[in-house]
Amino acid sequence: MTSVSELKPIPWKLHLSVLAVAIAFPFVFPSNFMVNFGVMALFYAFIGQSWNISGGFAGQLSFGHVAFFGVGAYASTIVQLRLGVSPWLGLPIAGLAGAAVGGAIAVLSFRAGLKGSYFALITLAFAEVLRIVSNSIGITGGGLGLLIPMKIGAQNLQFAERSGFYFLILALAAGSVALAEWMRRSRFGAQLAAIRENEDSAKALGINVFAEKVKVMLISGAIGGLGGCFFAQYFLYIDPLIAFGTDKSIEMLLVSMIGGAGTVYGPLVGAVLLALVSDVTRTLTQIQGLSLVLYGALLVVIIAFLPNGLIELFSRKRGRRPGSKT
Amino acid sequence: MDPNIIAAAAINGLLLGGIYTLVASGLTLIYGVLHIINFAHGSMLMLAMFGVFYLLTLLGIDPYLSIFIMVPAMFVLGYLLYKGLIGRLSSGKDENILLVTLGLSILIENLALMFFKGDSRTILVSYSDTMVEVGPAFVPLPKLISFGVAMALCAALGLFIQRTDTGRAIRAVAKERVGAQLVGIDVDRIFAISYGIGLATLGAAASLMMPIFYVSPTVGHVFVLVAFTVVVLGGMGSFLGAVVGGLIIGLTESFGGLFLGESMGQIGISLIFILILLFRPSGLFGTKT
Repeated sequence: MTSVSELKPIPWKLHLSVLAVAIAFPFVFPSNFMVNFGVMALFYAFIGQSWNISGGFAGQLSFGHVAFFGVGAYASTIVQLRLGVSPWLGLPIAGLAGAAVGGAIAVLSFRAGLKGSYFALITLAFAEVLRIVSNSIGITGGGLGLLIPMKIGAQNLQFAERSGFYFLILALAAGSVALAEWMRRSRFGAQLAAIRENEDSAKALGINVFAEKVKVMLISGAIGGLGGCFFAQYFLYIDPLIAFGTDKSIEMLLVSMIGGAGTVYGPLVGAVLLALVSDVTRTLTQIQGLSLVLYGALLVVIIAFLPNGLIELFSRKRGRRPGSKT
Repeated sequence: MDPNIIAAAAINGLLLGGIYTLVASGLTLIYGVLHIINFAHGSMLMLAMFGVFYLLTLLGIDPYLSIFIMVPAMFVLGYLLYKGLIGRLSSGKDENILLVTLGLSILIENLALMFFKGDSRTILVSYSDTMVEVGPAFVPLPKLISFGVAMALCAALGLFIQRTDTGRAIRAVAKERVGAQLVGIDVDRIFAISYGIGLATLGAAASLMMPIFYVSPTVGHVFVLVAFTVVVLGGMGSFLGAVVGGLIIGLTESFGGLFLGESMGQIGISLIFILILLFRPSGLFGTKT
C-alpha cells in the first residue's frame, strides 16, 4: 500500500479549506438532523483514524480495534459514575486507558511474532474477551450497561445544543488529522512505512521494529479510547455490545480502507461516505442492511482495483499533468 | 459437584464439538491448501442454513435429506466463487485475501438481512423433541445424529484426501505448489476444488445443525471465532487437529458454562485462541512454519 499522497506534500491551503468547510457546516445546516449527521461523520473519521494509524500507516491490520474504544468508554464512564470525575477529565483518562490496552495487546502479540492475518484475528479475540468480561462483572453494569444521568451543562460535557458536541468532535478529529500529517512527514512515519512494506528489510535497516509497532499501537489505542469517551457522553449510554461489538471494529476498518488506508484524509473521506450512504439509504428505501451491502461490495472492489482507497481518485486528478508519472 | 452433572456436561460438550469439527474441517482444508484465511466461513454457513430452512419450509424436504442437495450446491458455490473472485484477488499479501473474504461476509450477511430480515428462525421436525438416554444424560436425538454423521463425514473427507487421486493432488498442492505444477497438476483447479470442498462441509454442517439450532443473518458470528479457535488449536491445515480441537472446544464451552455461568463461560474459547496464538502458534498437530 504505497500511498500516492505520501509522495506529494498536502498543501496548507487544502488543510485550511477542509477545516473551514467543517467549521462552517453547522452554521450552514443548523438543523438537528444535519448536525447529528456531521457529528457521526466526524466521530467515524476520528475512530477511523485510530485504525488508520496502526492499520494504514504501520500496516498492522486489526479486526478488534473496538477494544480501545470500549475500554475508553467504560473507563471514563466508570470514574464519572463511581468517583464523580468530570467527563472532561474523563477524556484523557479514556485516552490513557485505550493506550494501555493498545500497548498491552501490542507487546503480547508482537513479542510472539504475530503479523498479518494472525494479528488481525488475535485482536478480534482480545475484543471478544473484553466484551465477555464487561458482560459478566458488576462494575460495568453487566449486560444492562451503564446509563449516564442527564445533567445538561458544558462543564458536564453535556451541551444543550448539538453543535457543542459537533465542535468537540471536530477538535478531536482535526487533532487526529494533524497527528496523521505529522506522522506522514516525520522519521517515525517513514519507519512505519518501511515496516509496512517489508518488516525484514526494515529490521535490516536498523529500525527497532518491535518498539515502533508498540509505539504506534499506543497512539492508536489512545485515539480509540478518546472516541469511546466521546461516544458515551453523546449517547449517555454504553453496554458490552456497543462498547466491544465486532460491528464497530469493522466500521473503523471500513472507513479507513475505503477512504484510503495510510493516507491523512482517508478516514474522513470514508466516514463522510459511510454517513451519507447510511442516511440516504435509510431515508429513501428503509431497507435494513442496504448501506452495508454497498460498503462490503465497495471493500472488495477497493482491494481489487484501488488499494489506496477512494482518495486516490482525487490525488490522481490533482497529480495528472502532462509528463507526470502518476 | 454431582459426578452425573459433570458426565452430562462432558457428553453435551463432545456432541457440540462434533459439529464444530465439521465446520472447522472445511476451514482448515482451505487454509492448508490455499494458505488463505476464509473469514467468510461463518456467513457461508449462515447461507447454507437458510438453504436448509427453505428446503424444508417451501419444499418439505427433511433437513437430513437436504444434505444431498446442500453439499453439492455449496461445492458449486465455492468452486465458482474461487474461480470468479477469490482466486483472482488472492495474489499478493495474505491480509488482502482476508480483507476480501471480510468484504464478502459483510456483503452476504447484509444481503441476507435485506431478504430474510433480522429475526431468528427455527424449524420443527417430528424428531425434534425425541430424547435418548446416553449414560447419565438425556440427549436430544438430533444432537446424537449430528455428532455421528459429522464424525463419519470427517472420516470420509480424511479418506478422500488420503486415497483418491484428487485427494493426492490436493495434498501435493498443499505441500509444494510449484512442484505440483511441474508434475502436471492443474493447481488453479485444485484450489477451486479445495475451496468448494471447504464450503461443501458447511452444507453438511448446516443440514445437521438446523434441527438443533436457529438461523439468522448474523448466526455466522457465533461460529467464526469458534471455528478459527478449533483450527488454530488443532494446527492450521491438520484434519486430525480439527477433530481433536473441535472436541476440546466443545468440552471447553460446556464446562465453561457449567463452572463460570452463562455469560463468563464463553470466555474459554477466546482465551484458548489467544493463548495458542501467543505460545504455540503451530497448534497441537500443526507443522512448525
